[in-house]
Amino acid sequence: MGLELYLDLLSQPCRAVYIFAKKNGIPFELRAVELLKGQHLSDAFAQVNPLKKVPALKDGDFTLTESVAILLYLTRKYEVPDHWYPQDLQARARVDEYLAWQHTTLRRNCLRALWHKVMLPVFLGEPVSPQMLAATLAELDETLQLLEDQFLQNKAFLAGPHISLADLVAVTELMHPVGAGCQIFEGRPKLAAWQQRVVAAVGEELFREAHEVILKARDSPPADPIIKQKLMPGVLAMIR
Amino acid sequence: MVLELYLDLLSQPCRAVYIFAKKNGIPFELRTVDLLKGQNHSDAFAQVNPLKKVPALKDGDFTLAESVAILLYLSRKYKAPDHWYPQDLQARARVDEYLAWQHTTLRSSCSRAMWQKMMFPVFLREPVPPETLAATLAELDRCLQLLEDKFLRDQAFLTGSRISLADLVAITELMHPVGAGCRVFESRPKLATWRQRVEAAVGEDLFREANADILKLKDLPPADPVTREKLRLSMKALLQ
Repeated sequence: MGLELYLDLLSQPCRAVYIFAKKNGIPFELRAVELLKGQHLSDAFAQVNPLKKVPALKDGDFTLTESVAILLYLTRKYEVPDHWYPQDLQARARVDEYLAWQHTTLRRNCLRALWHKVMLPVFLGEPVSPQMLAATLAELDETLQLLEDQFLQNKAFLAGPHISLADLVAVTELMHPVGAGCQIFEGRPKLAAWQQRVVAAVGEELFREAHEVILKARDSPPADPIIKQKLMPGVLAMIR
Repeated sequence: MVLELYLDLLSQPCRAVYIFAKKNGIPFELRTVDLLKGQNHSDAFAQVNPLKKVPALKDGDFTLAESVAILLYLSRKYKAPDHWYPQDLQARARVDEYLAWQHTTLRSSCSRAMWQKMMFPVFLREPVPPETLAATLAELDRCLQLLEDKFLRDQAFLTGSRISLADLVAITELMHPVGAGCRVFESRPKLATWRQRVEAAVGEDLFREANADILKLKDLPPADPVTREKLRLSMKALLQ
């Protein structure tokens, strides 16, 4: 049995793993796990990941969760070009630094922006107060400023002159608020230019393909009551 | 210029970095950054880490934030014994998986538990609603269960038969609620014996030294009005 990747391209970390595997010609079977249908809560999927989250990887008997761990595993096993996770000690440390920082900052704020602006009201029929949404978007804004000032600075890419795992993880996060209709690149020419460089380095086709689902998030038909009930606890925990 | 580590042992990630450096005989100058005195907000420290957080590393002109990145940098630069971050692809992936997972789970609930149980009510004289504390401790309990069921299972250490960075990061987190008076190990014999193994592997003297500050938490005199005001604001997020 070859490598299996359990993904839903609605999820930011899944997009990063998908793009990385495709870009590097890593052969895999895509196992779609539709989050909005609650498929991640199934007993079958619990065999792969008892934490009921995507992305998940299965390589023979070996299963792995956490997108950062999956990206690093694929990097090492398939010996991808050095720039993704440079051998150089300091360059590598810069990538590690970003990958660690983003969990509680950009990741969190991009997720909350999508759910507060679109998914809770549109998909789950749960209104979000204007104050809550405003607060969430303000936090996102602060994080974007940090991304520019602390990480990107005057470099071409987040960790140096070449695209790395850091850029892939970051850009896929940013497509979450973009999918929600947030104009995050307006007034941020530096970030916009960086995003264009990342898209060019990844390849426009692949980038578009990976983001088809999130760019249609606003058109999600409302969830039926049974699905809504199933998904609510997980959603609330996720965006806390 | 020798390696400088900017630490406050009151902070969980600082303890992990401290123990790792000491255990592996890595020569460094300790630069104490007293968090309760707000020293992380000084202009001097902003030169080292503009994000104003500890731990931070300075190696000549190279500065680095994020404890996971720092631990990986140190293990590579100083060629720490393999078991800390094994070369083996799958064993390494398990460590990466833990280090990624813990940011938003154990780390978060240990910080909240410590601040809500001890720092806010006792040090800052800021009452915490009982429901808030109860919810936090329930969340901590869930994380501890996951720690046992998903990571530790029947292994000696979190990711296998030998101590790794995962165990160091986890144990230093758990000392946070312990310092606040939470009985983390009392009803969890599996976790308690894992803790003993980790302490033995690290060395009891070093473990005691690294945890001296957190274990003296209850002896902290209440904060002066200036500190109180500053910290109430900056730590507000931990009240949720």
